Amino acid sequence: MTSYVIKGASILGEQVADIAIEDGVITAIGADLSGDVVVDGTGCVALPGLVDLHTHLREPGREDAETVLSGSRSAALGGFTAVHAMANTNPVADTAGVVEQVWRLGQEAGLVDVRPVGAVTIGLEGTALASLGAMADSAAAVRVFSDDGKCVHDPVLMRRALEYVKAFDGVVAQHAQEPRLTVDAQMNEGVISSKLGLAGWPAVAEEAIIARDVLLAQHVGSRLHICHLSTAGSVDIVRWAKARGINVTAEVTPHHLYFTDEIIESYNPIFKVNPPLRTREDVEAVRAGLADGTIDIVATDHAPHASEDKDCEWAAAAFGMTGLETALAVVHDTMVKTGLMTWAAVAERMSTNPATIGRVADQGQPIAVGSPAHITLFNPSIDVEIHPEHTASNSRNTPFAGITLPGKVVATFYRGRPTVLNGELA
Amino acid sequence: MTHVNEHGPDAGRVVLDSDDISRALTRLAHEIVERTHGATNLTLMGIPTRGATLAARLAERIAQIQGSPVDVGSLDVTMFRDDLRLRPARALQPTTIPPLGISDRLVVLVDDVLFSGRTIRAALDALSEHGRPQAVQLAVLVDRGHRELPIRADYVGKNLPTSKSESVKVNLLEHDGIDAVAIERGA
Amino acid sequence: MKHLLSTADLTRDQAVNVLDTAKQLAAATTQGLGKLPPLRGRTVVNLFYEDSTRTRISFEAAAKRLSADVINFSAKGSSVSKGESLKDTALTLEAMGADAVVIRHPSSGAPHRLAHAGWISGAVVNAGDGTHEHPTQALLDAYTMRQNLRDGEGDLEGVKVTIVGDVLHSRVARSNVILLQTLGAEVTLVAPPTLLPIGVDTWGCEVSYNLDECLEEADAVMMLRVQRERMNASFFPTTHEYSNRYGLNVARMNRMPAGGIVMHPGPMNRGMEISADVADSKRSVIVEQVANGVSVRMAVLYLMLGGTEMGE
Repeated sequence: MTSYVIKGASILGEQVADIAIEDGVITAIGADLSGDVVVDGTGCVALPGLVDLHTHLREPGREDAETVLSGSRSAALGGFTAVHAMANTNPVADTAGVVEQVWRLGQEAGLVDVRPVGAVTIGLEGTALASLGAMADSAAAVRVFSDDGKCVHDPVLMRRALEYVKAFDGVVAQHAQEPRLTVDAQMNEGVISSKLGLAGWPAVAEEAIIARDVLLAQHVGSRLHICHLSTAGSVDIVRWAKARGINVTAEVTPHHLYFTDEIIESYNPIFKVNPPLRTREDVEAVRAGLADGTIDIVATDHAPHASEDKDCEWAAAAFGMTGLETALAVVHDTMVKTGLMTWAAVAERMSTNPATIGRVADQGQPIAVGSPAHITLFNPSIDVEIHPEHTASNSRNTPFAGITLPGKVVATFYRGRPTVLNGELA
Repeated sequence: MTHVNEHGPDAGRVVLDSDDISRALTRLAHEIVERTHGATNLTLMGIPTRGATLAARLAERIAQIQGSPVDVGSLDVTMFRDDLRLRPARALQPTTIPPLGISDRLVVLVDDVLFSGRTIRAALDALSEHGRPQAVQLAVLVDRGHRELPIRADYVGKNLPTSKSESVKVNLLEHDGIDAVAIERGA
Repeated sequence: MKHLLSTADLTRDQAVNVLDTAKQLAAATTQGLGKLPPLRGRTVVNLFYEDSTRTRISFEAAAKRLSADVINFSAKGSSVSKGESLKDTALTLEAMGADAVVIRHPSSGAPHRLAHAGWISGAVVNAGDGTHEHPTQALLDAYTMRQNLRDGEGDLEGVKVTIVGDVLHSRVARSNVILLQTLGAEVTLVAPPTLLPIGVDTWGCEVSYNLDECLEEADAVMMLRVQRERMNASFFPTTHEYSNRYGLNVARMNRMPAGGIVMHPGPMNRGMEISADVADSKRSVIVEQVANGVSVRMAVLYLMLGGTEMGE
C-alpha cells in the first residue's frame, strides 16, 4: 500500500507539521516525516475532509444535469469526502430500493462517501410518510430524512416524522417554506422585488415554519435540522430555541453568505435559488450566526441544472446553483478573511458538525494520529477566477462565474487515498 | 468685404457683418419680387433653424416691397437626409405649412448656407410629401461652393469661395445674439 | 439609447427629447404626411407573447409610418406555443436580421434577458413585461399630461398626479412613477394596502389608502385597471366594495381642480375602477392617450433606429 506524507501544512491554520498517511489512517504528525508519495503542503491549511449535508446529485432521473459520479468528482475537487444526496430525484428516494441504488453508485464512484437522504413523504407529496424505517435499515443506512425542494408543511405530518425517526436516531431536515405564502414566488420579497416586478418570497414564510418546527421538536423531544437558513429572523428563532435547550441544528449555504438580492437587478437566472438571495441585513445576520455557532454548519445545496433550464427568462428558470467546488473558497472569503471565524471553526462547521448531524461515524474526526485519513488541503493564497466550463459537474450554473475567489483546494484525501492532487482529480 | 476682427460668439474671420447681411437680404427680397413677376402664389419655406429665421425676415421685406403679406413657413428636412446612419438620431425641428399649403404654389426654399446640396435634395423630398408645387426655387444667404449634387441656387446673398476644410458660421440675432457670417479654419 | 427596457433608462433631457420628437411627429401626422423615410431598410419585429391588439397595432403603425419593415410574431399558433424557448426564438429573429425587437412578455425581466444575453444584436423595446414596466405607456401618458397641462412644452415640473388602483401588479404604475418623477411631477399612489408592494415607501412618492383625500389637488388622476380575479385571491372582499372605496365616479371627479384630467391606460373595466360617465366625460383624455401612443412610439423608434447603427 502506498504511503503518503503531506509536508509543511498548517493544521487547522495553527501548528505547521507533516502528516503521514498509510492504510487509510493518519499514522504520524510531526517534523521530517516521510512517505512513498510526498505532497507539498507549504502555505496550505489542512482540514478534516469536508462533509456536505445537502447535495443534489440528480441521479436517478436527471443524469443530464448530474450523476453520482460527476457529482462525486465535483465534491472531491471541492475538498469534500462525504456528501448527503437529497431525495428529490426521479423516482424520488422514498424506498429502500432507490436509496440503495444511490448508495451503490456512490460506492462504485469511490471518491466520496455518498450518504443518501430519504424522503420524509411518499413522492415528496407531503401527505403520507415514506418507508423511513426501511430506508434506515437498508444498506444505505439512511439517517437524514428530507423532502427538500418542498416543505413538510402539514404540522401533523411533521410531528409524526419527528417522532418516528427517533427509533433509529434519525433527523428530519426541514426545507422551511410555507407554500401558501410563496405561491409562484420568484425572489426575496422586498424593495428589490417590488422594483423588478417579480413575485416575492417573504422571509416570514421561512421563519414561521422554523418557529413551528422548533416548538414541535421540543414538544416531542426530537432532533430537528433546518436546511439552508437564509434570514435574520430565522437566525433569531434558532438562537432562541437553542437557548431553551431545543435540539435543533441549522445550515447556511455559501451563496447566502456571499450574495444579496441586489444582484438580481440583472434578471440573470443564474441567481435564482430557493430560498432566495436575501437582503444585506440577512447576509450579515447569517454570517454572525455561523460565527457564533447558532448556525452549526455550512452546506452547499449544490443544485446542478441543464443549461436550457437557466438560459431563459427568470420566471421560466429552475431554482438552484452549483456549489461544491467553490464552497471552501467562499467561506474563506466571507468568514475567515473577515476575521469572523478561524480555520478551527471552519473545520467544525464544514466537517465535524455535519458528520455529527448526519451520523457519519468515521468522518469529521480531528486530524490526529489514528484518525481515518480524510484530509482537505487548501491553499488560501491562490486566487481562482471561476469559469463555468472548468468544473467536473455536468452543469454550469455557478453564480460565481467571472468572480475571482481567494483560495484553492490543492489536495483531497479520502480513506487515505488522494482523490485530488495539485488541484486536479488524481 | 472682409474684416478681420473678434466679433461675435465664434471668433473666426468675419466676412459679412450685420449691415452686409441686412443689405443682402434686402437685395434678395427685391430679386425675388422681380423674378417672380409679383406672383400672388408665392410661398417662402425656410429650412430650420436659421433658414426659417431668414425666411421670416425675407417675408417681412417682401411684404414691405409689394405692400401685401406673403406666405411663409418652415420645412424640417431631418428625416429626409441621406446621411442619417452616420450619426446618432438627430432632434426633429418644426415643420409649419402655411394655410394655403404648397400645391400649385411657387415655393422658394430659404436656407443660410448652400454647400454640398444634400440638404436641398432632402428639402425637395420633404416638400413632395406635402403636395406638388407649381415650381420650386432656392434662396440662400451664402453659397460656399463644393456641390456634390446638381443643385444650384436661384438667389444668392453672397458667393463665398471656401476650402472644404473650412467651416462657415452664420450667426443670427434671434439665435446667436448677433448678425455675422464668419469663416473658421477647419479641424 | 440602445435599448428601452425601463423608464429608469431615461434622463430628464432624454425623456423631454422623446416628448419633443413625438410632438414633431404628431404634427407631421396632422399635416397629412404619409410615410416618413428615416427607418427605410430597417426591420422591426413585434414579438408579442401576450395578446395585445391595441399595443401591437400601435407599434406596427409607428414602425410602418417611418417606412420600416414590420414582422409580427405573436405567441398563439406559432413555434412559441409549441414550447420554443425565448432564446431559440431570439436566435431566429437575429438570423432574420431584426434591427429592433419590440417585446411584450408575461415574465418580468424577459426584455432585459433578450437585450443582454447575447442572443441578438438589435435594439430591444419593452412593450410590457410581466408586472415590471411598460415604458412607452408611461411616455405617452407623460406626453398627454404635457399637452393638456403644460401646453406641450418642457417637462412636468410641479404637476400633481394621483395614480389609483392595483399598483402591486401594475407595470404601468411602475414605469409612470419613475418617469413622472424624472420629469419633476409629484406622484401620489392610492390603493388598498393589499395592492401596494412591500417597499413602496422607497419609491419617492406619497402613498394613501383614501382616494377622497387625494382628489382636490390632482392635476391628473390616472386609474389603473383592476382585475376582478384579484377578489378571488383575497386582495379585496368584493368588486362592489372596491368600486365604492377606490372607483372614480362623477362625484369624485367633480372634486378635482378645474382643468384636471382623467386618464386610463386601458382596457377599462367600466363600472369597476372607473364609471362609464367619467370615462366619457370632458375631463377624460383616454382616447387621446391611444392616439398619442403612435406618435410616442414613432419617436422612440426614430431615436433608437434613425441614426447610427448602434444608436448611441
